[in-house]
Amino acid sequence: MAENFQVEETLVSQLVSKAEERVSVASNWQLVWWRFRKNRLAIISSMVLVLFYVIVLVPDFFSTQDPEATEAFLAFIPMQGISFFDSSGFNLSVPAVVGKRNPVTLRMEWKIDETKVPIRLFVQGYKYKVLGLFETDLHLIGPTDPKSADWLYLFGTDRMGRDQWSRMMFGTRTSMTVGLVAVALSVIFGVLLGGISGYFGGWPDMIIQRLIELLQSLPTIPIWLAMTAALPQDWRPDQVFFAITIILAFIGWTTLAREVRGRFLSLREEDFVLAADLAGCSRFRIITRHMVPAFMSHIIATSTLAIPVMIINETSLSYLGLGIRPPAISWGVLLQEAQNIQTVAQAPWLLLPCVAVILSVLAFNLVGDGLRDAADPYGH
Amino acid sequence: MLRFIVQRLLLLPILLVLFSIIVFWLVQAPPGDFLTSYVANLASGGSSIQEEQVEALRHQFGLDQPMHIRYLRWMEGLLKGDLGYSLEYQRPNSELIGERLVLTVFLALFAFAITWIVAVPAGIYSATHQNSLLDYAFALLNYVGVATPNFMLALILMWVAFSSFGLSVTGLFSPDYIQAPWSLGRLIDLLKHIWLPGIVLGIAGTARLMRVMRANLLDELNKPYVVTARAKGMSEWKLVIKYPVRLAINPLISTIGWYLPQLFSGSLIVATVMNLPNIGPLLLRALTQRDMYLSGSILLIYCSLTIIGTLISDILLALVDPRIRMEGV
Repeated sequence: MAENFQVEETLVSQLVSKAEERVSVASNWQLVWWRFRKNRLAIISSMVLVLFYVIVLVPDFFSTQDPEATEAFLAFIPMQGISFFDSSGFNLSVPAVVGKRNPVTLRMEWKIDETKVPIRLFVQGYKYKVLGLFETDLHLIGPTDPKSADWLYLFGTDRMGRDQWSRMMFGTRTSMTVGLVAVALSVIFGVLLGGISGYFGGWPDMIIQRLIELLQSLPTIPIWLAMTAALPQDWRPDQVFFAITIILAFIGWTTLAREVRGRFLSLREEDFVLAADLAGCSRFRIITRHMVPAFMSHIIATSTLAIPVMIINETSLSYLGLGIRPPAISWGVLLQEAQNIQTVAQAPWLLLPCVAVILSVLAFNLVGDGLRDAADPYGH
Repeated sequence: MLRFIVQRLLLLPILLVLFSIIVFWLVQAPPGDFLTSYVANLASGGSSIQEEQVEALRHQFGLDQPMHIRYLRWMEGLLKGDLGYSLEYQRPNSELIGERLVLTVFLALFAFAITWIVAVPAGIYSATHQNSLLDYAFALLNYVGVATPNFMLALILMWVAFSSFGLSVTGLFSPDYIQAPWSLGRLIDLLKHIWLPGIVLGIAGTARLMRVMRANLLDELNKPYVVTARAKGMSEWKLVIKYPVRLAINPLISTIGWYLPQLFSGSLIVATVMNLPNIGPLLLRALTQRDMYLSGSILLIYCSLTIIGTLISDILLALVDPRIRMEGV
């Protein structure tokens, strides 16, 4: 019995020492990942974000209609709720909608009908190209009978009879990429200028710091509006897209630059930098091989938290008509349709892009918070 | 203290000159000017204007001068207190901006007051009743508040009010008072309307401030002096309010510096959505119509408000924190 106990004890201590060994040889990234994994909210949020970015890659696959297709007489069709079961068991279907023109107002009035339109997953619809590589006509969801394709409007239609669900898929592509690209640009500027400022000090530091102070004391929203209003009216949608990201990054880089500068200043005094210097490393090598990896996790956490701010800003600018311009579709452009409160009261589904914005911003914030906590070695 | 404020005040004109150059460059950057879009508008409306008349107008507004001359003229006017002349409205800009500016500042200060009145007690409650039901409710509100852009919140509230109560919650005045001169009745009418835009504008800030207050206070509550005071039999309420809260509130004051300016420019979007008569919608229209002296003046006003907001917070911070006050001595 006593022997048994002892064996168990050594086993336990072996296990413990193995775990300790694992921790002590784990790379910084592994430690960050282990800590991040424990945060359940952050993990769920990252799954939501992965789903969003799958939509960004192939919005056509998730759409049920061509997002540009307009049909004036199909305006303001209400949402069709999916039902999962019918009398014969598990069968997806949506209720049919029937329209009648009101003889007084001459407006189409839509009613949800008793009859069911059967739908299923992975159906054939309009043709599109996946990432510009190969052509397919496979869609996630659609009517079982392709001939009734016109009658699936999961999120209803807008004033011009365009399918809100499909348009939201395409809006997701634009809005989620604007945030990502704008933050990528901010990171490049921020790390470069903040690095120069923090590593070299002296007059470059002086100039960059004053520039940051100047930019940070500008009133952001009015200045953004003035800048986007200055974009030529005849630019193509992709030109406008990149101009908007640059404008958003123009002020966004300053916070990152400050953070990077602070890290550089504190790391410059560390022993390992001195050691690298004495070993004859070039400045470039010291910065890229030794200093940047040391604070990379912080940069990633900070930039993750910067993406939702960019998404909100893009949406606000586009809503005011000074951001992404139609025919390009973004969440802000979609919300422009909801500017008139009478229209919204009549067609509340026009507000659905709000849900997408709130969901993505919330997910980014939770992931960013999780990363920031995980990246901090002095946390719990 | 005096030296600190004087230093800040001396920096002010330099910043303003720099900003005026940036602003002026921005508003005149787009190709074409007000008259080209004016002529295009007339043409689309079916009427036309003679080429000579356009040239005469262009000369009258100084639009045919090179950029630096126009800038200097504009600055000359500004120094005399003249904001220029609106090309679109055919009225002096100062007249257009005047009351709208008062309402902009009033709305921002109102939202600011709401933020502090709600956030500080809620933060104290959350910290002293950690993990209580209300604490979780505040945390949830916090996440949603930060994640909802304020124009969207305005939109949703307007929709709810309209579809369930049939109320139209736009504007700052009842129809009777829109054009009326200032009176007590008008002020009361304003107060009846301003709370909703105030809440919309202040909610994100409230959420953030509450979180900071809660975190700061939690740090303080674990310190030995709190335990000592408690051991001496001080009442819990008095203890919390008298010492830790005072310390926890200090870092909040430094947030005024970016929060007030943010409210000024944030009200721009809310005002456009809710149709409020402040300088936001005016700026938006001026920008799209290329009414450059009007948009330039409004942008410069936003810049000044931002600088003043920062200055106020610097002074407040120096007042409450002796370490900053003594730095220059």
